[in-house]
Amino acid sequence: MRRKAYKFGMKALMLLCAGLVCALALFLIGYVLVQGLPNVTWEMLSTGKSYLRQTTGILPDILNTVYIVLATLMVVIPLGVGAAIYLTEYAENKRLVSAIEYTAETLSGIPSIIYGLVGMMVFANTLGSCLLAGALTLAVMNLPTILRTTQESLKTIPDAWREGAYGLGAGKWRCIRTIILPGCVDGILTGCILSVGRILGESAALLYTAGFAHVVNNIFTAMRTSGATLTVALYVYAKEDGNFEVAFAIAAILMLLTLLINLTATLVGVLFEKRRKL
Amino acid sequence: MNQTQSKGRRRRGTLLEKAVQGIFTLLGLISIACVALITGYLIFSGIPAIREIGLVEFLFGTTWYPSTGDYGILPFILSSVYGTLGAVVIGVPIGFMTAVYLAKMAPQKVRTVVSQAVSMLAGIPSVVYGLVGMLILVPGIRSLFHVPSGASLLAAILVLAIMILPSIINVAITALEAVPKEYEDASLALGANEVETWFRVSVPAARSGIAAAVVLGVGRAIGETMAVMMVSGNKANMPDSLFQSVRFLTTGVASEMSYAAGGTLQRKALFSIALVLFVFIMLINFCLNFFLKRNKER
Repeated sequence: MRRKAYKFGMKALMLLCAGLVCALALFLIGYVLVQGLPNVTWEMLSTGKSYLRQTTGILPDILNTVYIVLATLMVVIPLGVGAAIYLTEYAENKRLVSAIEYTAETLSGIPSIIYGLVGMMVFANTLGSCLLAGALTLAVMNLPTILRTTQESLKTIPDAWREGAYGLGAGKWRCIRTIILPGCVDGILTGCILSVGRILGESAALLYTAGFAHVVNNIFTAMRTSGATLTVALYVYAKEDGNFEVAFAIAAILMLLTLLINLTATLVGVLFEKRRKL
Repeated sequence: MNQTQSKGRRRRGTLLEKAVQGIFTLLGLISIACVALITGYLIFSGIPAIREIGLVEFLFGTTWYPSTGDYGILPFILSSVYGTLGAVVIGVPIGFMTAVYLAKMAPQKVRTVVSQAVSMLAGIPSVVYGLVGMLILVPGIRSLFHVPSGASLLAAILVLAIMILPSIINVAITALEAVPKEYEDASLALGANEVETWFRVSVPAARSGIAAAVVLGVGRAIGETMAVMMVSGNKANMPDSLFQSVRFLTTGVASEMSYAAGGTLQRKALFSIALVLFVFIMLINFCLNFFLKRNKER
């Protein structure tokens, strides 16, 4: 009898908790979309902030977000992929490998505000508060993500491929270029998707590195000037201006982007799983 | 002639190989360099203010009021610790039960749906959590408990409890799935029902991994900045009650960054707060690695 009660009690509790988690996610998505989507207008998406007309547009923030995503990926992909290749293809010293893996773990555990502080002192103090400084800070932050996903997929490349390349007379570099790199595209892509998600959601590391300005620029000017991304803009509108309409509009856009990224990540995962099996 | 040509090419080949190897080695060492840089930087810029204020005064002083020269960060430390503990007390049981459900009991289809919900929770930016917290939790707490302001430690705890769920669930699921099936089969064969098997065999077998999940949650909670900043009121009070407006270590750093002028003691103290936070994070990382390693060894 007691065993039966335990069984049903625990099962009910598990269902309750899982249900609660689902309900929370659904509620958050629903609430933000319902509050935010009605405020998203074409005018808002296509203009900047105008004190003259008393309107708030978020075009500059959207552009800044796109720029910072591109710039961060451009910096972090070579670094992360290179490090992963070193770890799986070159490194012979076991201690060094575990030291690198340990520091990568450490990097992924450091809170974004610390990145923001160090980024402010190292990058923003030398380059000025600009998107480039923000992108460099985010590149360090996302290094472990790209490193890990690339390394995982490098581990699945069969040694026979490498031996085949060497057997045909290829040098190590040629083998990496023609066999290893194409083989780990899925890992790099997964890492990119995860990083994009993280960059979109990041704010604490950007507040004092990339700045707050809302000006429409092309990518090259924007790199050298201060600019707010969507998340930073959301924070400023909600906390400093008390402009919740715009804040919710941005939140709704961010929510849709998050959904999109999760969907892409799942699809890419399924796609590569299939290709691996062939 | 032909021989020398191919010799030259081979030498160029090895030269190229050496250069490439050098580049990859440098790239490999970057993460070590980054950690060294961050650690060195925080120590280097965090120590001076602590020396000026005095370590005991700094860590155990109960008032933070830079204009009168009071630089005690005990309120920040305690708020961070209480906030994290509160989030763990609420978040861990929910996350743990969900993880057991997903890893052992849920049918494949339900599992896919719930996993999507979990990764959605993980993907939502922290400012969005902060925004929803500002508009739902803060007024809710105010009217429910009849307190003057709902921006409080309690609001921060609730937001953090939700935010740490995905990390806990994902790590715990991985640990639970790694339990060898023979353990469970043996338990079932001895007459235990499936629920008893999950909780008395699988969970103890996965305990290092589950501990790692909890530690990861602690790390996430103690490092969260923006959401906490938006719901906790951000006043440097001692966290005497759940309804006190408080400032965490992270939000302490963030809010001092905006208005501390360069070169002043307040500016330098900001780095010392960051250093204290960093020490906490390093301790947590150390525990995390310990549990993960033990999990792997089993």
